[in-house]
Amino acid sequence: MYGSGLIKGMGVTLKHFVESYAEDLKYVFRGGRYNDKYIAVRQGPKAKGIFTVQYPEEKLPVPENFRYIPFLVFDTQKNEDKCTSCGICAKVCPPQCIWIVRTNDPKTNRPIPQPAEFYIDASICMSCSLCAEFCPFDAIKMDHDYELSSFERFNTLVFDKARLTKPDTYHAAIHPTDWARELQDQAEAARKDAEKAAAAAAKKAAADAAAAAKLAEAAKPTDEAKPAA
Amino acid sequence: MAAKAAAAPVAELTGPLAALKDKFGDALTPGDFEGVVVNHDQLIAVATTIRDELGYDYLTSLTGVDYIAQNEMEVVYHALNTRAGGAPLVFKARTPRDHAVVPSLIKVWPGADFQEREVWDLMGIKFEGHPNLKRILMWEGFAGHPLRKDWKEAYYEQDTKPFDSRWPGGHHRRAEDRVAYADNVNFPANFDPTVYTAQADAAVYENFKNFYVDEHGQFMPKEAVEGGNGNGQFHEHLETDELVVNLGPQHPSTHGVFRMVVTLDGEKITHLEPVMGYLHRNHEKIGERNTYIQNMPFTDRLDYLSSMSNNFGYALAVEKLMKVTPPERAEYIRVIMAELTRICNHVWAIGFLLNDLGAFFTPALYAIEERELILDLFEAASGSRMMCNYFRFGGVARDLPAGWLETCRELVFNRLPKKIDELDYFLSENEIIRARCEGSGTLTGDDAVKYSVAGPVLRASGVAYDVRRAEPYSIYDRFEFDVAVRNHGDVYDRYLIRLDEIRQSLRILQQALKQIPETGEIQAGKKQYSARVPAGQAYGRVEGPKGELGFYVVSDGTANPYRYHIRAPSFINLTALGPMSVGQKIADVVIILGSIDIVLGETDR
Repeated sequence: MYGSGLIKGMGVTLKHFVESYAEDLKYVFRGGRYNDKYIAVRQGPKAKGIFTVQYPEEKLPVPENFRYIPFLVFDTQKNEDKCTSCGICAKVCPPQCIWIVRTNDPKTNRPIPQPAEFYIDASICMSCSLCAEFCPFDAIKMDHDYELSSFERFNTLVFDKARLTKPDTYHAAIHPTDWARELQDQAEAARKDAEKAAAAAAKKAAADAAAAAKLAEAAKPTDEAKPAA
Repeated sequence: MAAKAAAAPVAELTGPLAALKDKFGDALTPGDFEGVVVNHDQLIAVATTIRDELGYDYLTSLTGVDYIAQNEMEVVYHALNTRAGGAPLVFKARTPRDHAVVPSLIKVWPGADFQEREVWDLMGIKFEGHPNLKRILMWEGFAGHPLRKDWKEAYYEQDTKPFDSRWPGGHHRRAEDRVAYADNVNFPANFDPTVYTAQADAAVYENFKNFYVDEHGQFMPKEAVEGGNGNGQFHEHLETDELVVNLGPQHPSTHGVFRMVVTLDGEKITHLEPVMGYLHRNHEKIGERNTYIQNMPFTDRLDYLSSMSNNFGYALAVEKLMKVTPPERAEYIRVIMAELTRICNHVWAIGFLLNDLGAFFTPALYAIEERELILDLFEAASGSRMMCNYFRFGGVARDLPAGWLETCRELVFNRLPKKIDELDYFLSENEIIRARCEGSGTLTGDDAVKYSVAGPVLRASGVAYDVRRAEPYSIYDRFEFDVAVRNHGDVYDRYLIRLDEIRQSLRILQQALKQIPETGEIQAGKKQYSARVPAGQAYGRVEGPKGELGFYVVSDGTANPYRYHIRAPSFINLTALGPMSVGQKIADVVIILGSIDIVLGETDR
């Protein structure tokens, strides 16, 4: 019948329309559907009914891997920057928005592993996360804060070291899996260090013992020689 | 290089090229690549033989390379056999740099049209015999040819990244402060921007010369004013005239900043010329300044609706040079991502085709809902919904997070098949859609091959060519799927074939999700921030959602690609837009463009 395709299509629209109310009704006695509690259900793979999220009144939670402009991790335990200003992030950065000034020792003029200045031009950064991916010191990580609009586009969007630095507790809070991996790496490194130290100590002890034995050995003939003398 | 290659004996030609040897022995020189260098005077004859006798009926990629050290330019052709499949046949033509001329192959493969114009525009190689050899991506007021190696962009800092100013003495300084605005404006000699009218616009304004504007701002035909009655009255009898209409550049139906200059006879289109380049950013030059890994996030921004596919193509091309293969689990992750991308892209294309048809946003939003769920998966794995930057040479950036595969399985096995059926039920039988789409914008299979059209547009015209089947890459040879084909070549078939392809993608996904190893390596070898790519050249191609997406990469062994070219399906598919639209009504040109499914980020690059 001519027009049946149209009517079928209208049926689908009607189904969606009715479904949105039916779905709302299910949540009437559970405190309503539109709150943070049910956001995962509303946006999940089994979602039915109204799909929209009323940003900025409601916000979707971001996954751990979510990446936005990077930040620098400050080690609260050791009370120092994790960054050693090795420059790998600046070299791998595709839009070249990372600028680093390395610290030089004023006396010897040799580099110190600490950044004197660190800039990220957020107006250029493409949030690709290559810097975080290739940092060998876990010193630069991608942020979850995506609300960065400002009224001025020149100076406010050039982030300096003070603006970029965030404590490692923040990093641990937004990246729990990554943080666990880091702690494990640290523990592993510490264990290896301890092993190495133990091995070195054992070696040293053995060497000392050997040296002592040698000394003793060396001393013996003199002892023996004494009576002879 | 030319001298070295000329010294090599012709007898080295192998494979399908061996057949050419007897016929054109003198004109052919084997190069230091899998292919042949052809002399100018024989180029058209050799190309015709390649097309007619060797069966390579489809010119897929045509591009140039500037070898400044040898003072030579090279045009590289990749031809395909759409019936037998297999790897592309590569042949090249060489020409001196200061007087770069190569015969045009537009008569052999009309699909060379836009690509030759692009090479002329960006590299300054003239194609003798091209009927319309003018700039295509840049405007007429642009000085120079930007892909030549000695050309420098406005905020030029250094030939290659990383820039020395960033580390260790990196005091931040904006490029705009370093180069004053006036210093980067350059016009060709004898060009005055104040009196400039674009070539395509000239035709429009030519028509206006026949009109006066009266004191009320109304257009009055000149003859009405000059003629006998002199009162601004129109003639009694009806005169018809051809009318030039500009659709775009700012037009909701063009899916971006894109313009169609349409000549109309009444409502009927007599000529259509696409005008593009409004989003041109010289992606390939940026790519040649970048290091290899730095290009990966830039490929996201080509076809920004299907960034995973773009990553895939580029990774394949570079992996060919590096000779690495990703581990098993990474291969599965790649295929899953690429097929999810195809679904994303196709539901979006269907949704917006319906928008173009006037079904304002209801079908589009139903489609976007499903796309949104897939984008959530991308975000969980890669960190970003659209700019995924997920592939690495020899693997992927990071492993899938916990629970990812479960969510994906729920979508692929339970939700998406139902939703696609619903979309089909919702739209396919709709009488208005059928009346508008059936029979409009038809393209025959022969024409589709002739114009180098790729992807769903090619397959809707009855040509069963799919790179996943013709030259399987990654692990596509393991999956059971059909190459979707439709035979009418009209807008309706291009809509239906996208539904078919989504269903085939779901089939592949279901197999991949069953077979994927639960754990395993995701990166071959050690991940390096500076990839070591041996010298050579490679053409990596994937079946992107919009068609064959190819990356032609030439490496000279340094940290940056010497040449980085993209065979962009959105760009080349537009070659057929004109021929498809001629004879159609003006109202239909919007859906014809919609059915090609272009993304301007890729068209303009």
